[in-house]
Amino acid sequence: MSEQKVYCNQSPSLPGRQRVGKIIAEIARANSLWVVAYGTGCGAIELRPLHTARFDMERFGIAMRPTPRQADVIIISGYLAVKTLKRVIRVYEQMQAPKYVVALGSCTINGGMYFDSYNTINQLDLYLPVDVYVAGCMPRPESIIEGFTVLMKSIKAGEATGWQHYIENLDYYRSNQNEVIPRWDMPTYNW
Amino acid sequence: MAVTILVAFATAVLGLCYGLLLGGISRKVMARIHGRIGPPVTQNFSDLVKLFFKRTAIEHGGMFWLAPMFRLTGGLGVLFLVPIVVGRFSVVNISFAGDLLLVVYFMFFGCLGMALGAGDSGHPHAVMAVSRGLAQMSTYELSFSMVVLVLAVGLRTLNIGDIVAAQSGGIGQWNLVRYPFATAAAMIAFLPMQMAYPFSIVLAPQEIPIGPPTEYGSRFLSLMLAGRSIFGVAKLVLFMNLFFGGASNIADLVMKTLLLYLYPVFVSAVFPRFRLEQSVRFLLVVPTVLALVELIRVIT
Repeated sequence: MSEQKVYCNQSPSLPGRQRVGKIIAEIARANSLWVVAYGTGCGAIELRPLHTARFDMERFGIAMRPTPRQADVIIISGYLAVKTLKRVIRVYEQMQAPKYVVALGSCTINGGMYFDSYNTINQLDLYLPVDVYVAGCMPRPESIIEGFTVLMKSIKAGEATGWQHYIENLDYYRSNQNEVIPRWDMPTYNW
Repeated sequence: MAVTILVAFATAVLGLCYGLLLGGISRKVMARIHGRIGPPVTQNFSDLVKLFFKRTAIEHGGMFWLAPMFRLTGGLGVLFLVPIVVGRFSVVNISFAGDLLLVVYFMFFGCLGMALGAGDSGHPHAVMAVSRGLAQMSTYELSFSMVVLVLAVGLRTLNIGDIVAAQSGGIGQWNLVRYPFATAAAMIAFLPMQMAYPFSIVLAPQEIPIGPPTEYGSRFLSLMLAGRSIFGVAKLVLFMNLFFGGASNIADLVMKTLLLYLYPVFVSAVFPRFRLEQSVRFLLVVPTVLALVELIRVIT
């Protein structure tokens, strides 16, 4: 099988308006959030207790998936090194729409304690469309659950449209990404 | 004809709903064992609907597309061949003299289709899982085939309807009592069929994440979830018919299938996972010897 088949070489397009079953689909989406198991920074340590009996995030229908093909949510858990950003972009683009980004910690908002680091980005929403920010350094598992509750509400209200924004403004995001990533070295479009 | 199609469709939908509900119950039970609250029992319905409405932009060739269909066809094939409730739903039950053999074939068919599709996806984890799965499947199918042979020789029939009829008249007539070793062998083979621990080497989440469906998402996965649910229900009904006297009414059916479904869940909760060679060795020795003992007992 040629490598060409694995990715798309055309710019992605937005879907037409969903007419049938929109409300049912949105309720189902909100109640079944599958998170791609990819910890990018130190905040990933706060995600572990969510699986345990103490916090139990499965009661909200949230589960971890080890492959981006099946995931709905990517959590950027804390500081994001430029090297990791490249992988995150690839993972995000391989996820099937509708997809959501949750950003944890102050590092994703303004760089946090790594604001003057030579190899981390300071503001995540220049590179990826963030749907929910959870502030803190690091946010406790309770705040992460609160963040997910907000995400679920906005999905039900049809407001979590970051992925559409990403497709509409792909040139803007690509130019920002290219500014910090010295060697792109991957397909133009990872869909 | 129209009525048959309608009843067949209704059976498939009911089978799907029941399978999804059983999946939800098993997740809830597992969570309770862990001391968690767990997802609502309707969680699998949400997953199915969500996956159905997700976009698909993955292309890996024809077999990749067909695999979920094969899985669904295998499940539906078994569901339509086994008598669900004796005396009722007979319109759907397309039974004939040797239908037990066809059911065994259908059980292979779904797994083989899935293996071909997963191989086509080209993902290394999928290919590893497929090779493990096929190795394990050939071992438990050996003991299960011997169990089928025991029933065929002992009851002089290969028709599931006749096997159920032979067990009517109380627990004393059940194949569980008549052929205890064969039942034990089949119940051990039932664990890897349900991908339960300690035989869950195919979907081994910590080694080869998710296994065969690694590249499957969206509607493919939704179809696979549906196929797996229907297949699960069909297998429960088959085992109920073969060893536990079939069902004479709906309450009987629900109680027996629920208990049968919970058995791998409880076993999963207490056992860690075997490695492939341990699993193959266990399945080649324990259930095979049990089935062989019963076969010798039946023949002599």
